[in-house]
Amino acid sequence: MSTNGMENWAVDLKDVGAIYPFQGAEVLMVILGVVFWIGWHVIQTRQESAEIKADMAADRSGDETRAAIDRY
Amino acid sequence: MEGNLNALTVIFTEFYYWVTIVMMFLIHVGFCTYEVGVSRRRNHLKTLMKNAMAIPVVTVTFYFFGWWIYFAFPNGPGIVSGGLITSNFAEPWSPLMAAHLSGVNPGEVDVTPAEAALWHRLNGVFWGAFLLFSITTASIISGSIIERARSGAFWIIAVLIGSVLWILDAAWGWHPQGWMVKLWGYHDAYASGVVHAIAGGACLAFLIVLGPRLGKFRPDGTPRDIPPHNVWLVTIGLFLIYTGFWGFYAACNIPMISPAAIAGQITGDTWTATNIYLAPTSLSAITFNFLMSLSGGMMAGYLISRGDPYWTFSAGLCGVISTSAGNDLYHPIQAMLIGAIVPAICYKLHYYVERRFKIDDAVGAVAVHGYGGFLGVVVAGFILWGQPSSPYEGFAHINPLGNFAGAVLMFLLGFIPVFIACKILNAFNLLRVPAKVELEGVDFALNHAFEASVREVGAAEKAMIK
Repeated sequence: MSTNGMENWAVDLKDVGAIYPFQGAEVLMVILGVVFWIGWHVIQTRQESAEIKADMAADRSGDETRAAIDRY
Repeated sequence: MEGNLNALTVIFTEFYYWVTIVMMFLIHVGFCTYEVGVSRRRNHLKTLMKNAMAIPVVTVTFYFFGWWIYFAFPNGPGIVSGGLITSNFAEPWSPLMAAHLSGVNPGEVDVTPAEAALWHRLNGVFWGAFLLFSITTASIISGSIIERARSGAFWIIAVLIGSVLWILDAAWGWHPQGWMVKLWGYHDAYASGVVHAIAGGACLAFLIVLGPRLGKFRPDGTPRDIPPHNVWLVTIGLFLIYTGFWGFYAACNIPMISPAAIAGQITGDTWTATNIYLAPTSLSAITFNFLMSLSGGMMAGYLISRGDPYWTFSAGLCGVISTSAGNDLYHPIQAMLIGAIVPAICYKLHYYVERRFKIDDAVGAVAVHGYGGFLGVVVAGFILWGQPSSPYEGFAHINPLGNFAGAVLMFLLGFIPVFIACKILNAFNLLRVPAKVELEGVDFALNHAFEASVREVGAAEKAMIK
């Protein structure tokens, strides 16, 4: 039993194709990958919006902003 | 693989592209260094992360669909006229898009023995080299929009330009069978247009919708200078981009191939290196021209900017970009002169556009990449007029009209879709941070957390002093 079908290397390499685990599940892996990618953008956008909202509520006096500008 | 010579050729080619990928990573080290150097302290971290995260978002999407676009879309003119080309080996579910040993396992229904033999060792490194071009195309935009664009907006645009638009133009004009090469004689060997002009067009579109940084323009509309925070970092960054650019150039070549493998009009048995169109060139030729065009650009930039380090280095880069379309064929002195004249024009254009249209391009990317790339393609059409664009029979020869039309197409293919995408993002308030946050600095929350941690740990340590 092996996850890529290879039990040993007593083979002629020209007869061996893919050697990654779970061959046959490529489409499922692509779907999982695309979900991860789209999900990342969605979560990142929400996090960024929340951070901007917090920044808008911060430093009401403007003192920290003035100090940051002075630091260049 | 049949025969040791074939095996050696494939393994050498695999290693060659792998080395170019490593070298091209330096371009991104350079971009990050450069952008952080230009940005002000209160924006450093987000500036760094904005560019750095273009690497993973473009990588995964280039795996999912970018690589397939390159092989599926060379027919034309237009997007689908002539039909898509079947490219099983480049689909993300293909067994050849992973570890593979060249045979065909029983479950690999879409893999032919011929495809497996060719692609099992080359698919990953070709994909990687093209991916690094993709990330470069996206990164070019990043610097222009610093200190006010939302990172998330940039990453969406990075996917659009890096994994869709540029690779579509590469299928058209940077593929041995691309329709622009066949019908127009388009010649752009080291990507003046297919990488730089399209990125410049996209960059200009983003900047128009985004607007300038607060304080960039005086009440009377004249521009203020916003100096780089750290000019040393800026120049080191540009030096690193120069270094990575060597890998970029090498990756645009096929390192060794026989006339039989090209299967074009070349006769005899002399093996050669070729450009991306499979037309003969050599690493030696491009080494002459890379260095001479870089030198022409730096010398012109030094004079026209009166020794300003930022513009001297940028003009060097622009010198290379402006000759890249023809650097497989130019004489080195031609490369030097074109590499000097075009950056001087781009420098003037940068300040003209800034004054006239209120475009705040923080790093001059539209000028260096957009105008430089555009003019580079146009100039190549004249200087290389009448030369064969391809080793294959029936292809149009290189000509001024074909290259001019190609340059326009490249710039607009970047400009129009990115303009529309930015308008949509802007409509949802996702393009730009509010003015208050821009003034605080986009790192405000991160800096706050940093300073709180410093205070807390400092107080704790001081309390331990006996």
